[in-house]
Amino acid sequence: MQLDDQRTTIYKVDPGRPETESLPLVRTEELLLNMGPQHPSTHGVLKVILELEGERITKSTPVMGFLHRGVEKLAEEGTYHQFIPHTDRLDYVCAMYNNFAYCRAVEKLMNITVPERAEYLRTIVAEVQRIIGHQFWLGTQALDIGAMTVFFYTFRDREILLDWFDELCGARLTTSWYRIGGVERDFTPSLLDKLRRFLDYFLPLIDEYVVFLEKNRIWVARTKGVAVISAEDAVNFGLSGPTLRGSGVDYDLRKYEPYSAYPRCEFSVPVGKNGDTYDRYWIRVEEIRESVKIIKQCLDQMPAEGPVMAEVPSVTLPPKDRVFTNLESMIQQFKLFSQGFDAPKGEIYCGTEAHKGELGFYIVSQGGGKPYRLKIRAPSFIHMGAFDFMSRGYMIADAVTIFGTYDIVMGECDR
Amino acid sequence: MHPIAERIQREFAEGFVKAVEWRGDLAVTVTRKALHDVARFLHDDRDMDFDYIVHVSSVDWPDDEERFEVVWEFYSIRKRHRIRLKTRVPEADCIVDSLTDIWKGADFMEREVYDMMGIRFRNHPDLRRILMPDEYTEGYPLRKDFPLQGKGWRDTFEFLNEGRG
Repeated sequence: MQLDDQRTTIYKVDPGRPETESLPLVRTEELLLNMGPQHPSTHGVLKVILELEGERITKSTPVMGFLHRGVEKLAEEGTYHQFIPHTDRLDYVCAMYNNFAYCRAVEKLMNITVPERAEYLRTIVAEVQRIIGHQFWLGTQALDIGAMTVFFYTFRDREILLDWFDELCGARLTTSWYRIGGVERDFTPSLLDKLRRFLDYFLPLIDEYVVFLEKNRIWVARTKGVAVISAEDAVNFGLSGPTLRGSGVDYDLRKYEPYSAYPRCEFSVPVGKNGDTYDRYWIRVEEIRESVKIIKQCLDQMPAEGPVMAEVPSVTLPPKDRVFTNLESMIQQFKLFSQGFDAPKGEIYCGTEAHKGELGFYIVSQGGGKPYRLKIRAPSFIHMGAFDFMSRGYMIADAVTIFGTYDIVMGECDR
Repeated sequence: MHPIAERIQREFAEGFVKAVEWRGDLAVTVTRKALHDVARFLHDDRDMDFDYIVHVSSVDWPDDEERFEVVWEFYSIRKRHRIRLKTRVPEADCIVDSLTDIWKGADFMEREVYDMMGIRFRNHPDLRRILMPDEYTEGYPLRKDFPLQGKGWRDTFEFLNEGRG
């Protein structure tokens, strides 16, 4: 293999002579660097072409679509119920929230009111999912920039919650527990007990995570003042979730357009000041604490008994035990899955505050059992739109921090 | 009619086509010509104040004369209201004004619309495919005439046809 001229002139060092004499003048010019698609910090398969001047990024071009599976096209070919498992595979770290966002959108389309107990169950599980998402983010983001310890701690506790999901719906990650009009099944006493015990065990541990990071000088130096974006720019780019709130905008759909059991819970929305990665980290940690608060309130307020699925036989599924014993229920279930329900003509947009940001579904219905068009507003995709803007002027190593600061998951980004 | 729609109709008598309110969502359709001015008005006007772009999308209506519908959704963080702005374009000339100069976030979203539906955006800084490969030439996957299983390419995978007798 032959080195090209340019490289040989820069790096030629004759071992016989002292270095000062042999080194030619150092030339500077722009360098193109391909980062990814198999870089471990890209959380999936993302490639970014970085234009560098020395170690500084002058321009970056994200290249996406490696994980594009045409989910929006698939949605047009299946019934509304059949699409729920597809939503699991969007943001595969937080499947529950995707289910939730999708079911809420279809409920808005069909004008269904969810029973009270189901609303509480949904809120509890969504907040458990938010804790998992933020734990995952804390661990991997710190791991990406070299702080390894906290990863083991967050993943240890995440395991407990994933096992809890396993007991709840039979799957740890691809859950599909939400249904249009309610949830698939009620909590068992054992689940309630485990969740309460977990919350008591977990609350002091949050301070432990914090110590690992905030006492780590390298981690603090690599997050404070990195990936700064002003509030105006963040809003203009359409950022959402902690990425937007880090810049001081308190936009949180749980407060702005309250849904489910959130209006009945007391919680605050942490807001940052400087718009840097450190502030976004702080917001996520505070959100974990708020989630714990919300779950505790829900567990206390939740009606002890009640249906967990709306009674709209033309739309919602019959209870599973009736399906196995009752012929009519079985027919109902079969027809709902094979033909779907008859949706009215119209279009809706419904946004839900997932832990990454606003996850929205825009559904156009032309009647019949299948959506005519379904568009997913994925926060990761929209955050990537600001990547070039946010990375300019920072070092190559900061690119990893910026991926991390968005909490990017490519399954959702590429859809 | 919704006060926001009324205001748009007053300001843009020619560009306004219709306003639909359904399930609490307001959707305003404007002509392609007026689109950029309406968007600028929505962003800059004090009472509108739509500073946040939610999503850009597109719908294909193959039987209509103006086949494609481009959809923008905006939100106002200060005023807490929402609007869906829509415009129609014919297939022969499917190009609309880009709104990237008003909302920077529209950049990637419009690229996605171009990639999936083949609608071009005038004055877009970097209109390339975003999710499909750059060299993909078999069309625009979210159009209704694009089959779910792809256009022929898949049939060239030999291992899929093996054992099909």
